[in-house]
Amino acid sequence: MNTQDFSGVFVFAQQVDGQIARVTFELLGKARELAADLEGEVTALLLGHDIAPLAPSLCEGGADRVVVIDDPALRHYATLPYAQALSAAIERYRPAILLFGATAIGRDLAPRVSARVRTGLTADCTELAIDPQTRGLCMTRPAFGGNLMATIVCPDHRPQMATVRPGVMRAIERAPVAQPRVESFQPAIPPPETCQLVDVVRRVAHEAELADARIIVAGGRGVGSRDNFALIESLAAALGGSVAASRPCVEAGWVAKDRQVGQTGRTVRPSLYLAIGISGAIQHLAGMEESDFIVAINRDETAPIFAIADLGIVGDLNQIVPALIAGIGEARQNG
Amino acid sequence: MKIVVCVKQVPDTHEVRIDPATGTLIREGVPSIMNPDDKAGLEAALRLKDEVGARVTALSMGPPQAEAVLREAMAMGADEACLVTDRAFGGADTLATSTTLAAAIRTMAPDLVITGRQAIDGDTAQVGPQIAEHLGIPNASYAEHIELDGDALNVRQQFDEATHLTRLSLPCLVTAIGELNQPRYMTPGGVFEAWREKQIRVLTRADLALDEGDIGLKGSPTRVKKSFPKALKPAGVTRRHLTADEAAQAIVEALKAQRVL
Repeated sequence: MNTQDFSGVFVFAQQVDGQIARVTFELLGKARELAADLEGEVTALLLGHDIAPLAPSLCEGGADRVVVIDDPALRHYATLPYAQALSAAIERYRPAILLFGATAIGRDLAPRVSARVRTGLTADCTELAIDPQTRGLCMTRPAFGGNLMATIVCPDHRPQMATVRPGVMRAIERAPVAQPRVESFQPAIPPPETCQLVDVVRRVAHEAELADARIIVAGGRGVGSRDNFALIESLAAALGGSVAASRPCVEAGWVAKDRQVGQTGRTVRPSLYLAIGISGAIQHLAGMEESDFIVAINRDETAPIFAIADLGIVGDLNQIVPALIAGIGEARQNG
Repeated sequence: MKIVVCVKQVPDTHEVRIDPATGTLIREGVPSIMNPDDKAGLEAALRLKDEVGARVTALSMGPPQAEAVLREAMAMGADEACLVTDRAFGGADTLATSTTLAAAIRTMAPDLVITGRQAIDGDTAQVGPQIAEHLGIPNASYAEHIELDGDALNVRQQFDEATHLTRLSLPCLVTAIGELNQPRYMTPGGVFEAWREKQIRVLTRADLALDEGDIGLKGSPTRVKKSFPKALKPAGVTRRHLTADEAAQAIVEALKAQRVL
């Protein structure tokens, strides 16, 4: 394989029901930086059906060009038609770099495509950079449950493929584009005979809400019970923030799964993260440690959460949270 | 019906610690376990066996000591086990791993392949879909419910904001998540049989007729350039022995300083 034949930074522009996933804009933001280092272009690959009206927003978010693949088979996400369309696009456009959000869709699609075109794929990256010597992509990701970071390269195969953890890269400020460059690509997508999407049932989605939240109040195992979780909700309401939880609370059924922050839940980056009764397992920290300011309340002085908290309070959350709610009320009145 | 379940032996990452002096993983004393998602996949296979009858093969790729998870799988109820092991497979990334496992699975011609969504040591979630691609069969990732329906499998897949109901004709591959079920325990009789009586079939490179360029380090497009411990942010302030009101006050002051209040 001659790696010189491949150029440009490509982003899989994930959309569901005509809504572009937030992580797509984060990827475009990062792709702009990478393309600047490579003196190349950013291309967004937009797959779906009747989705052409979404294309200009991708240019506004940083794409130099949008390639639209519109096909009825792509109306809903399904592994085989999407893999087929994307593999055809790789063959046609020969990208040097192809990025996906590390969403459920991205992490299903990217491996299938990487195996089809026989190239390397790095999962769930939290950092991407161009090596100035080789001009290759350095993909950094957590390993061993977040205990260790590893930088991965893909020296001799193209495209260099990565899925990127949502909430980590920064989207750029959207700017209007007078003449968005949009082109259509229509590969043959035969309907798969072996696999059939029967139904799509949308669950209540909190993704946007948690991802956008400036203030998050999260409860952990230390909260003790579903009933007591009301304390977390009251505090969130007092602060105008969103409620989140660590994995044990979700597994215990106190809180819905889409409220889970951590390795197997959401990654969040609010201005303020209050961790209440959360010990701070590395899997949880992976989802929130980029928060600007972290306050932790925990009874156990040795809890790992205190190592990353900007302000840690060792004490009983059942005493402190009600006092805090009162204190916030007073501060608001006097403010 | 023939089912192959891929199981991986992993260090229990909840128990992994980093040596602060060297920045390397402290592996001593860290227990090895069957990867949790794989265990859910095995349980799903065993339930199909209970319900409709099936021959369940547990398959693992790894060093010789990985046979421990295969014995565990048989003690839970798998009929047989197969270990894919060879020095030539060392250093494999997900593409080389999936190529090797797919070659082993091809020799078994199963109706259904089940893998876990992801392993807790690598967290890539790549090997399952990649195996399906190599085998040229459909895959359904993130299965939270599966149901056999004639010569097809109905799968409820858990995506981020929606559940997909997908119907796959056999043969197909499913990746399992923890929500799929509660895995059973090993039985005493099963333990006895698995460790004392049953054999584990070993497949090496010679058995699988794989090209040198497709396996191990050579067959791996990706390379680890470096690994390093995660940079910790500077320590904050921890306050102890405050009354509830003092604690609340300390937090309120911090929130004011952060301009949240």
